[in-house]
Amino acid sequence: MKITLKVWRQKNSNTPGKLVEYQLDNVSEDMSFLEMFDVLNDSLTRKGEEPVAFDHDCREGICGTCSMYINGRAHGPQTGATTCQLHMRSFNDGDTIVVEPWRARAFPIIKDLIVDRLAFDRIIQAGGYVSVNTGSAVDANEILIPRTIADEAMDAAACIGCGACVAACKNASAMLFVSAKVSQLAILPQGKSEHKERAERMVAQMDSEGFGACSFTGACSVECPKSISLDHIARLNREYLGAKLSSDNIQG
Amino acid sequence: MKLESKIPEGPLAEKWARHKFALKLVNPANKRKYDIIVVGTGLAGASAAASLAELGYNVKAFCYQDSPRRAHSIAAQGGINAAKNYQNDGDSVFRLFYDTIKGGDYRAREGNVYRLAEVSVNIIDQCVAQGVPFAREYGGTLANRSFGGAQVSRTFYARGQTGQQLLLGAYSALSRQVANGKVKLYTRTEMLDLVVEDGKARGIVVRNLITGKIESHSGHAVLLCTGGYGNVFYLSTNAMGCNVTAAWRAHKKGALFGNPCFTQIHPTCIPVSGHYQSKLTLMSESLRNDGRVWVPKTKEDAEKIRKGQIKPSDLGEEARDYFLERRYPSFGNLVPRDVASRNAKNMCDEGRGVAKTGLAVYLDFADAIKRDGLKTIEAKYGNLFEMYEKITGENPYETPMMIYPAVHYTMGGLWVDYNLMTSIPGLYALGEANFSDHGANRLGASALMQGLADGYFVIPYTVGDYLATIGPADKLPVDAPAFKEAEQKIQAQVNKFLSIQGERPVDDLHKELGHIMWEYCGMSRSADGLKIAKQKIQALKKEFWTNSKVLGDAGEMNQGLEQAGRVADFIELGELMVDDALNRNESCGGHFREEYQTPDGEALRDDANYTYVAAWEYQGEDKPELLNKEPLEFENVKLTQRSYK
Amino acid sequence: MAWVTQTLSSSLGRKVIMSLTGLFLCSFLIIHAAGNLQLFKGDGGRAFNEYTYFMTHNPLIMTVSYLLYTSILVHALMAFILTRHNQASRPVKYAYSKPEANSEWSSRNMGILGTVLLLFIIIHMRTFWFEMHFGSVPMAEYDGKEYKDLYRVVQAAFGELWYVTLYVICMVAVGYHLWHGFQSGFQTLGIRHKKYTPLIEFLGKYFFAIIIPAAFAAMPIYVYLQVHHII
Repeated sequence: MKITLKVWRQKNSNTPGKLVEYQLDNVSEDMSFLEMFDVLNDSLTRKGEEPVAFDHDCREGICGTCSMYINGRAHGPQTGATTCQLHMRSFNDGDTIVVEPWRARAFPIIKDLIVDRLAFDRIIQAGGYVSVNTGSAVDANEILIPRTIADEAMDAAACIGCGACVAACKNASAMLFVSAKVSQLAILPQGKSEHKERAERMVAQMDSEGFGACSFTGACSVECPKSISLDHIARLNREYLGAKLSSDNIQG
Repeated sequence: MKLESKIPEGPLAEKWARHKFALKLVNPANKRKYDIIVVGTGLAGASAAASLAELGYNVKAFCYQDSPRRAHSIAAQGGINAAKNYQNDGDSVFRLFYDTIKGGDYRAREGNVYRLAEVSVNIIDQCVAQGVPFAREYGGTLANRSFGGAQVSRTFYARGQTGQQLLLGAYSALSRQVANGKVKLYTRTEMLDLVVEDGKARGIVVRNLITGKIESHSGHAVLLCTGGYGNVFYLSTNAMGCNVTAAWRAHKKGALFGNPCFTQIHPTCIPVSGHYQSKLTLMSESLRNDGRVWVPKTKEDAEKIRKGQIKPSDLGEEARDYFLERRYPSFGNLVPRDVASRNAKNMCDEGRGVAKTGLAVYLDFADAIKRDGLKTIEAKYGNLFEMYEKITGENPYETPMMIYPAVHYTMGGLWVDYNLMTSIPGLYALGEANFSDHGANRLGASALMQGLADGYFVIPYTVGDYLATIGPADKLPVDAPAFKEAEQKIQAQVNKFLSIQGERPVDDLHKELGHIMWEYCGMSRSADGLKIAKQKIQALKKEFWTNSKVLGDAGEMNQGLEQAGRVADFIELGELMVDDALNRNESCGGHFREEYQTPDGEALRDDANYTYVAAWEYQGEDKPELLNKEPLEFENVKLTQRSYK
Repeated sequence: MAWVTQTLSSSLGRKVIMSLTGLFLCSFLIIHAAGNLQLFKGDGGRAFNEYTYFMTHNPLIMTVSYLLYTSILVHALMAFILTRHNQASRPVKYAYSKPEANSEWSSRNMGILGTVLLLFIIIHMRTFWFEMHFGSVPMAEYDGKEYKDLYRVVQAAFGELWYVTLYVICMVAVGYHLWHGFQSGFQTLGIRHKKYTPLIEFLGKYFFAIIIPAAFAAMPIYVYLQVHHII
């Protein structure tokens, strides 16, 4: 296959970037999208041009590191998949592919296609946990969790924190990410005791990071590699409103 | 060097309890006076950092990823073992211990393995308390499944994403401590050197991967939780960034490296499709519970399949060879990983492999679908089947999956004693980074168990013993000459990588190393092959230092530069692996020497001469390493020929 | 009271305000449409004028109407604030984006649709509400009682083709706005359930986004056709 790539190149966060065009002639349709980038980088390096910096690690769709906005869509044309799971057989010979980084105020660009997603970590630090110290747990079977509940929690917990939801949202909203964690811990009995503080704090942190608000377009869920449902956003709204109306926190 | 394993005296079942009592404690008020450095934030690192911070220590946690949540533990699919015996099927701590020792082909310490089995039950409790959504029965109790190498159902799982869920649990505990101010996180930061003075680990030198700045961090103890070195083979199931650099550089500062040649090849991976391949994807071993492994009975049929003249479904039962079921009637498709892998390789070597490359065997679900129905199979393996289809473009519900073994895990690693301390006082190694618990082969669902056991339930006790001994004042400031020298050395190495300006990208050199390692030091090894490998690696090392090409600057994000450091270390490690494989004149577990096999092709151990841990000691640049032996003593199990027939 | 202001200024709080005001306006649409159906009565406007009299003199309705005006203003103002905030959340836009692959047009263009509706409301209120309250509306007498003859104003306005066209276009905008807005309002309030959400979606799309705007659009068309003696 012959492929024309238009890739966002940006030296660092302070320098403006631009789309640069590259031609690749020997692309196999069995290649993964990132392997195609490996081939590009190999040829760039041999020519003495600096290779394209892009985030990637596990290359099996679970670590959430890869993050490319391909032909106008987060993680490319395939649904339910990350960039690293995308293969060239999803494209046609002669295609032009535009590749950009995630774009959001809360995800500043570090270099080329790499963005800083620490905002997500800070949101989890604000309350995305159960406060239990190592060693103080009861026997696992003392907490009975019916399969349906465990399954629903698992659906939410499947989030890989890649940021595709933010990238795809017209408002760069992080609601799907935040809701997945709030929802998981709200559904499970282990998370119940702190559920009000959790919803309040995580939403406050989300807002302070500069993400947009949710317009319920559903783009996040469609582009989510783990197809996390919008149900969780509704649950977050419920949790948050409930917490605000009933928690003891009068300071806000 | 005299190796002291520090295995406590006493009956096996009481060793850990007695040892915990004997260990010195740090007074709660004094814990805040100690700084602990944790490198790596996978299961071992995140659980250790969180647990130590909960105790009151000041922790600095480092990872090369952009977030601690992305460490490669996240990719573990199948599950985590624990001797809960919830299924009432005859499991016990002793049985888990026994299975693990036997599965490891009697090359692990009894004391360590028993402790692992003992704390396994606490791990499940801890993870459930954190909100890990393990699979459940309708009534709400935990569900289990069986896994390769075991005849009981003791594996806990969260769909095909168990590693992810356990890691996110540990990550959440870690995040809580970050919020508490007890852990300081350093992401996109790579450890490049260990600083040792007065024979004790004092801290580390790191490179900030965004700014390129070289910095030092000082601590009372350093914990390396940096995972395995499977990427020495270039193609493996490891993440692209997994590397041996932290462990290797500690090794060069005096930490012994144990059993480097013990690498595990996982039988169920998606086969290589072309030269551009960058990594191999594992399909969970749990697939072997229902899938049947086969190749065509004849070479002729295999040839036709490879050429696409016939389809697998064209071959009737009589034309298929279910080779694992045939050779191992009692374990069948559930034999341990090393056995399954080697048999697959043998089939392909005989010319009966499938796929275009001839390097694949079938894993067929047709019978399972017929027996249990499509719905059941979909519920069990749906996400794995989807993943397979995304990668290969084939639908495993309709046509058998194709699998081939790939490098997956490294049992070898930094030598540690019972306290997880390396041969450098104050330096610890946890999880896959150490050599300790899996012997020559790791059983499925045991890696997650070991990582979390080390982090949650071992290190919080053992590190205190060392800290109480040295006292809070025994710490080196970061402006001490030892740190400055180390920083300069690292800076010089970085500059060197950028100044070579040869012809070959580092990735290309890494690929070549991978080919050498896979060819000569992979699934089966021979003395002749290993000698060739040694020469080739030495030549590659020269090539690397004279003809590699890294572009860009040192003072910025530079992925090529990061890779250069990692590949340089892999090359050196590769040579040591070859030395170790050559030294071990026996076959055991993942280490299969062609010269040492039973008449029917099984691994032939030499217990009289090789029941020891090979702990290698660095002697200086380009000098042969010194072999130290830690004899393994077995008081509770009888060494037998492993048989899964 | 810090928690109240904090809650209402959070992104979720603002959306709740949008939702509550929006759903309230939806409920008003039903009444408004139902009342205006008097136009179809063919009695020379008597029922319609009696209805407008009731609407402008009943104290409860008058109170609610001020709540309604406030809702419109708050809904619009909050939308403006949210839109600004949302736009600022992505300061550098994508060079190439393909949102139609993952979301409906109406859901992405609520701001534009809302702006059209706001302009419409202003024109609409200028034509009828302002005339009714401050203009010189001719009087009609039924059973010895005087009524402002708003029906004549309606006939005058809807006699103009451009005005009717504007109305119909704006009702299409209402349809699109509610196609997304109605169900989205429930989502914001966290009201989402396997059993009831399909009903909410059905109501939102078929009743609020199609039937109501169609009823409103039918009025000017009907009046126009009547005025010009086409029917």
